[in-house]
Amino acid sequence: MMHAANTAVPQAHENPAYAIPLDEIDVSNPEMYRDNTLWGYFERLRREDPVHYCAKSLFGPYWSVTKYKDIMQVETQPRIFSSDSRRGGVTIMDTNTAVQLPMFIQMDPPQHDEHRKSVSPIVAPENLARLEGIIRKRTGDALDALPVGKEFNWVDDVSINLTTQMLATLFDFPWEDRSKLTFWSDATLALPGDGVVDSEEHRMQIMGECAAYMTRLWNERVNADPRPDLISMMAHDERTRNMTPEEYLGNILLLIVGGNDTTRNSMTGGLLALSQSPDQYAKLCANPALVKSMIPEVIRWQTPLAHMRRTATEDTVLGGKNIAKGDKVVMWYVSGNRDEEAIANPNDFIIDRARPREHLSFGFGIHRCVGNRLAEMQLRILWEELLQRWPKPGQIKVLAEPVRVLSPMIRGYTSMRVRIDA
Amino acid sequence: MIKVTFIEHNGTVRNVEVEEGTSLMDAAVGNLVPGIDGDCGGVSACGTCHLFIEAEWRDKVSPVEETERSMLDFVEDDGPGSRLGCQIKLTRALDGLVARTPVGQH
Ligand code: HEM
Ligand code: FES
Repeated sequence: MMHAANTAVPQAHENPAYAIPLDEIDVSNPEMYRDNTLWGYFERLRREDPVHYCAKSLFGPYWSVTKYKDIMQVETQPRIFSSDSRRGGVTIMDTNTAVQLPMFIQMDPPQHDEHRKSVSPIVAPENLARLEGIIRKRTGDALDALPVGKEFNWVDDVSINLTTQMLATLFDFPWEDRSKLTFWSDATLALPGDGVVDSEEHRMQIMGECAAYMTRLWNERVNADPRPDLISMMAHDERTRNMTPEEYLGNILLLIVGGNDTTRNSMTGGLLALSQSPDQYAKLCANPALVKSMIPEVIRWQTPLAHMRRTATEDTVLGGKNIAKGDKVVMWYVSGNRDEEAIANPNDFIIDRARPREHLSFGFGIHRCVGNRLAEMQLRILWEELLQRWPKPGQIKVLAEPVRVLSPMIRGYTSMRVRIDA
Repeated sequence: MIKVTFIEHNGTVRNVEVEEGTSLMDAAVGNLVPGIDGDCGGVSACGTCHLFIEAEWRDKVSPVEETERSMLDFVEDDGPGSRLGCQIKLTRALDGLVARTPVGQH
């Protein structure tokens, strides 16, 4: 059974977040994300100290930006707030040294701009439309294979299974090898010793295998007729045809990593949100056309990436605080998405909001997620196909509180027990 | 009220009327004109309100500022008359303005 305490934000005064001195608040503590206790801390920061300095943390000193409008300020000033991997990149953990491949998510203009412009057309709505049919077919097949009336783990059987399949579909990757894609994605982000990679050398070896495999696919496709998969599109598009091998691999890994955990955890988060809001589940079943506005709301509610990080390139002022050149500045999307000054009833999951895309989960400004329409399409197809098969409110039941990931970056789940009733 | 005409990529013409001071993005989104999304709510931060101002209106609209320029750089088919709709406030001088909308935004 789910208990009410898991869903609601506790009242100000009974919350431990209000019991410690302000300057001791450290919202980068990974345990807060695993235990889902972050909300009170962010609520307090938004009220009392929206741009907050934390002197000591697992990741060293850093600034937290917690309100929607201040996050927007940071997003739209890339010259002052840098994403460059040489300054520290885009996560609070500082740059993972093994992945020094050119990935435009951690570059500043003008370098960033050229790379982004070459990849962006590939995930434009017109191209996505060509992939919709096959993604729908494969999603349907995967759902038809689910056990009805029996308990199973939604994360493995739906979210991971479908995101892996979809990555394979997008790249037209050899089907029997598709779990390699998820493995390469995990190996890119892993911390050495966490069970995925043992050391930086090990990581580099895995990246080498990925490079060799992907280069083989490129060579096959560059010599064949154009097809609607991302590798063929890159091999035939004049803007991407002449990439160096490093640029190709960097772009491929960025597309794999960018679309993997984020989409996976939104697939789990969507069901969790509906199960916690039975009225919304009923509303959806009564009018399945609401899937369209529900999907951006799922992505807001889940906020699959809790933060992105920047580094100040000069002394500057933000929300009245003096930020020094070189300081680490963390934009907490997970907090901005619960900011009542920007979003009405932000703690509620509401599937028919008027402007559902006004949320921070994809970032804003020049680095705004290039895959945002692709992610929405995948989730939309999933929910359309689910409702086709199991159209009754509450028919897909969450049986227990999910197990959450221990990370101040990836807001996700390792398991969620569910049962589909006949 | 200010009159605006939107022409879709497939030629469909839509005439709308909005209050003076409304942005071109809000005029489109508020009247369910397809092809304009406006994800960021109008602060030059998403690029999903991209459209093309028809030639005869181009020198009447306000000039492109720096943030808008940096976002326009990433939109598909950036071309003559390309603007972010959210950065154009509909004044009386723009009564009758004609803009073309793209296939989609992302
Ligand atoms: C719900 C799913 C997703 C979420 C929440 C998400 C989130 C984000 C965020 C927050 C950023 C911004 C980074 C910043 O401001 O520094 C970003 C960038 C990016 N995302 Fe996504 N993403 C998702 C799905 C995808 C998918 C499916 C792809 C694959 C095509 C993708 C590819 C990228 C790329 C290439 C960038 C870099 C853009 C740039 O730096 O210009 N993402 N994503
Ligand atoms: S609405 Fe986002 S840039 Fe215009």
